[in-house]
Amino acid sequence: MHRPKLLAACAALAVPTLALSGCGVLGIGAAPADLQIYSARHYDLEGAFGEFTDETGISVEFITGDDAELLERLKAEGSDTPADVFMTVDAGNLWNAARQDVLAPVSSAELDEAVPEDLRDPEGQWFGLAMRARTVTYNPDNVDPAEFDAQDTYAGLADPKWKGRLCMRDATSSYTQSLVASLIDLQGRDRALEIVKGWVANDVQIMSNDVLLLEAIDAGSCDVGINNHYYLARTLEENPDLAVDLYWASQEGAGTHVNISGAGLVANSDNAEQAQQLIEWLATKGQNSFVDANHEFPVNPAAEPEPVIAGFGDFTRMPLNAEAYGDLNAEATDLLAEAGYK
Amino acid sequence: MSEPAVLVDGGVPGQRRRLLTGTGRPLWSAAVLLAALFVVTPVVAVVIDGLGSLNAETLPRDLGSMVFSTLGLMAGVGAGTLLLGGGLAWLVTAYTFPLRNVLVWALVLPLAMPAYILGFVFLSTFDVGGPVQALVRSVFGSDAWLPEVRSLPGAILVLSLTLYPYVFLLARAALVEQSATTYDAARSLGAGRARTLWRVVAPLARPSLAAALALVMMETLTDFATVQYFNVQTVSVGVYLVWKGSFDFHAATQLSVLVLLFAVAVLAAERLFRGRSRFHQKTGRGEGLRVRPLRGWAGWTAAAAGVAVVSAGFLLPVGQLVLWATEEFLRGAGPMIDPRFVDYLANSIAIAALAAAVCCALALTIGHSLRLGGGRLLASAAQATTFGYAVPGAVIGIGVLIAFARLDELLEWAGVPGGTGLLVTGSVAGILCAYVVRFLAPAYQSVDASFAKISPALTSSALSLGASPHRLLARVHLPLARRGAAVAVLLVAIDAVKELPIVLLLRPFGFTTISVWVYELARENFWEKAALPALGIVAVAVIPVYFLFRRAAAPQHTTVVP
Repeated sequence: MHRPKLLAACAALAVPTLALSGCGVLGIGAAPADLQIYSARHYDLEGAFGEFTDETGISVEFITGDDAELLERLKAEGSDTPADVFMTVDAGNLWNAARQDVLAPVSSAELDEAVPEDLRDPEGQWFGLAMRARTVTYNPDNVDPAEFDAQDTYAGLADPKWKGRLCMRDATSSYTQSLVASLIDLQGRDRALEIVKGWVANDVQIMSNDVLLLEAIDAGSCDVGINNHYYLARTLEENPDLAVDLYWASQEGAGTHVNISGAGLVANSDNAEQAQQLIEWLATKGQNSFVDANHEFPVNPAAEPEPVIAGFGDFTRMPLNAEAYGDLNAEATDLLAEAGYK
Repeated sequence: MSEPAVLVDGGVPGQRRRLLTGTGRPLWSAAVLLAALFVVTPVVAVVIDGLGSLNAETLPRDLGSMVFSTLGLMAGVGAGTLLLGGGLAWLVTAYTFPLRNVLVWALVLPLAMPAYILGFVFLSTFDVGGPVQALVRSVFGSDAWLPEVRSLPGAILVLSLTLYPYVFLLARAALVEQSATTYDAARSLGAGRARTLWRVVAPLARPSLAAALALVMMETLTDFATVQYFNVQTVSVGVYLVWKGSFDFHAATQLSVLVLLFAVAVLAAERLFRGRSRFHQKTGRGEGLRVRPLRGWAGWTAAAAGVAVVSAGFLLPVGQLVLWATEEFLRGAGPMIDPRFVDYLANSIAIAALAAAVCCALALTIGHSLRLGGGRLLASAAQATTFGYAVPGAVIGIGVLIAFARLDELLEWAGVPGGTGLLVTGSVAGILCAYVVRFLAPAYQSVDASFAKISPALTSSALSLGASPHRLLARVHLPLARRGAAVAVLLVAIDAVKELPIVLLLRPFGFTTISVWVYELARENFWEKAALPALGIVAVAVIPVYFLFRRAAAPQHTTVVP
């Protein structure tokens, strides 16, 4: 290729680029919406926000990203941030965002009534909107649910009878970290360490992904796993013959471990009133359009869960202690490392 | 006379290097320093941010084993890519065999496959829940022994398959640029083919191999998504573990500094590996090696080896993605093609083209300036421009955010109303800045490997004949380094299409690329839904491969040597 050709190649690259960037394809030139949202929860936001816009006339745009990264972006942008609402998954993340002063308190009687007390910040800096349960799943061909410890199912998996039969998620997963943080919170660090060491002693197979984990249980290469309930609901929807059943953990004890995704008002929002309106709508009228598609449980007792997960039966949940999950998260990762969980 | 190994060879021989001055031209030298400053600023912003709160307590407990895993992974991937990339490059350059003309460009294709997608496809195929093990169990019973795929070897295999094209591309560029005369001279002096390969061809290709390996090492170092699938805890996984685990970004940046130290070690090793011995071609342009035909089974073996690698790294995963996309379509869950797909594609292509053009131009400027001479500072500055590649994308993104926030404060303090505002933090310009910081390395490594083979005598004679630096660039350096420049454009464009954390962090509202779309679906484990956009990434990444290979296809002798 001689030089003219190289230049021609460069031009061939540059011309469409400039043409494209000139006509708004690079996100330039669009008028901003009324509300702008940073969300670490991805699933099917368009549907819920679209409904909200239809009902109220308030336009919404959002970008998704990773919770920790979005929080750093909010902090770096400071008072210049375009964001009005910050949505994230995991109570620890919500607690942390409140602690880092990026959220503003909201006092709303409507929200206080709609969201159970343990699923929202006492100061109103964040509100849980969707609930997921992290519970035990098993292959009914190889496991009789009576084998589980109904008192403390998570700890019961440390029993040697489960040796070589367990699959769980990796230590980098926030699901694993929150579960262990809740064990530390309820039973103390020493006991929690004992439990996790018990899982490790049972040669737990560590998987990097809930769906692969369910497939491994279905294939019979492990008998028992710990999963978020909605992954099972979704996989069952795609494959009704899946040989995996759900067991509500610790029903005769502390209850099943749950976590939330939620939202808070950004402290530097320039549209706090409409932002609050959106959060209120999501916690009340918008509950089902927000949670159903992802098979999550509505936090609002007035809303019914969708049929697939309703089919898993009622269960008692462990009260959620966001501060503990947040505060003990680092300790949980350290404990997992100490126990050799990897 | 012994020089420190980190010096870039350049300038006119016989000149003593001094710190600042050399025979360099001030304007060209200033350009290099500016580029270095630009790359280093976000990295330094993060480092300062991290070291401000140094605290040993936040370091992960098993840091020792993380370092160990990292070293093991780097050694394995280095060996794997060298073997695959170097071996195949030699094979397609020195021999003709069935399918060779297809393999020449097809072997680059795995570069278009993001490692995390290949990793997932690999696991869903070979892991305990996948079809392969199910088959083995149904044939040999449920207690059949199977290798553990979620392991260091598994991660090494997948990363080697996606990263070997770096070595293949640069090694091939080096081999094609070699002149046949050196090879022939060695053969006529009685050296066997293997000995000639080892003593003549390999040393000439050494700078390119070293440059490629450095890139592979840095990619391996910063990979986070793929190794996590395989349950391998490297230092980069540690960065995320600390960051997400303790909700403390500062603690995570301390670990990022450790990742940087690894990168410094890699770059120093690269200079050592290049060696102090320099080889220059007598002729400006090699005519390429003489090609010999491989006949009979030898030819088919060579073809089979190439096809096997392309299949494992590209064809089979693409097949699996097509299968998933078809299943998704048959399920009728929605329109086959999301109407926004075109938008996302356009965004990806635009940003990749911009990044490739800017990085390539900068890399050529740096290579050229070093040739004009300049002191140690300049040489170190050129090295510094490659650091960005060794920093995880998310950390660079945040570095850019912090740097712009400070700039903003500075401007406001200086009386500019509103400062830069959000012009840069959540904007395409911000993404482009971060891309340049991160991807200048592959561009510079490719261009520099080409420059390394240009004899300094060429540069000095052109200058002594009164050519201006500008003319020297246009008439001498650019034509001689054009293959490196083409590879640079290719590598940056593909990397930019695949890049995720930077776009996620810095994108403005309404700006989505295909990689973001795949991530959103993959993160929620909708692999069937993610298959189509993933194929989109692959398709976009294939464009530059095809384009450059059509144009830069090596003119080769097909002299048949009996």
